[in-house]
Amino acid sequence: MSLVSEGADFSVTSGSVYAEPGLAEPSLATVGDYIALLKPRVMSLVVFTALTGLAVAPSHIHPLIGFTAILCIAVGAGAAGALNMWYDADIDALMTRTARRPVPMGRIQPGEALAFGVTLAAFSVMTLGLLVNWLAAVLLAFTVFFYAVIYTAWLKRWTAQNIVIGGAAGALPPVIGWAAATGSVSLEPLLLFLLIFIWTPPHFWALALYKSDDYERAGVPMLPVVAGEVEARKQILLYTLLLAPLGVAPWLLGYAGALYGATAIVTGAIMLALAWQVYRERSPEERAGKRLFAFSILYLFLLFAVLLIERGWGGLLIRWAV
Amino acid sequence: MAKKTGDNGIVLTEAQKRARRSRSIAIAVALAALVILFYVITLVKGPGVLVRPI
Repeated sequence: MSLVSEGADFSVTSGSVYAEPGLAEPSLATVGDYIALLKPRVMSLVVFTALTGLAVAPSHIHPLIGFTAILCIAVGAGAAGALNMWYDADIDALMTRTARRPVPMGRIQPGEALAFGVTLAAFSVMTLGLLVNWLAAVLLAFTVFFYAVIYTAWLKRWTAQNIVIGGAAGALPPVIGWAAATGSVSLEPLLLFLLIFIWTPPHFWALALYKSDDYERAGVPMLPVVAGEVEARKQILLYTLLLAPLGVAPWLLGYAGALYGATAIVTGAIMLALAWQVYRERSPEERAGKRLFAFSILYLFLLFAVLLIERGWGGLLIRWAV
Repeated sequence: MAKKTGDNGIVLTEAQKRARRSRSIAIAVALAALVILFYVITLVKGPGVLVRPI
């Protein structure tokens, strides 16, 4: 249990009548604070990969039903983010990257964040089930549970493999999108799942390399903190060696066209070159780590964007473009 | 900082009133959007709204 969620006083009540037991200070939280709880940047990647999964699926889905599915996936992802911020408020307060989040800043009380997250999670899953299909809803429920409970409450503070296993939650949205469109799951969305799953470790370990002081202070056992930077650099390279050919696999297996194949080969080679630089670098400034972290976002975005253009809605976008 | 005054109960500050108003508007907009969404989807799905394949 996080320290903050056990009722830490954020001092906003000091000196007021609300310092008395049982009285809560009326909230100053704005709509923007609640939007921040949803982790909008993470949500944007979730929406994009889920949309790709939905659009490349062979079945036709009514645009409004498709919109509803993406909306529910986005809200479900936001709910998982809110639950993460509720539970992790104590360690968020210790890290420069997260210290300005609404709960550690005291703008939203922990109980409010918990209630917000639980309500949105339940609502998004039920709406997805009622309006789209129950397979997608079950997958969304599992994703929220996996991120909030398995990753946040268990793995994150326990093992250096936290983001490796926890990466499954971030990798599921294209599978949910596919399931929303087809009512089933097949090899193609699982390949997209695997792509994000293998992409996650080098992406987060590159960040952890130059934020290792933060993680150490907060007691989060990220790989560079626990196993040392040399081991982390080696693992980043090994995972990128897996990732680059995996990125090309949708083309090799016939799920994507030549444009995707070329993009995957070129960007995969750049990823490998950057991972090699990270492996060789010994500079405390971690320039290579920062470059790899930034490019890894572009890498995933490009692969999914090209797939969306080539295959989305039966190739509608590429036919329209040419 | 809000104050508790004799017979008037809790008196919110201007900042607290503004924050509460913005949250209330956001909740109203979200609820209205959901009502419209459910209504339109019911029209789109027609009798199929009762079919729930797993």
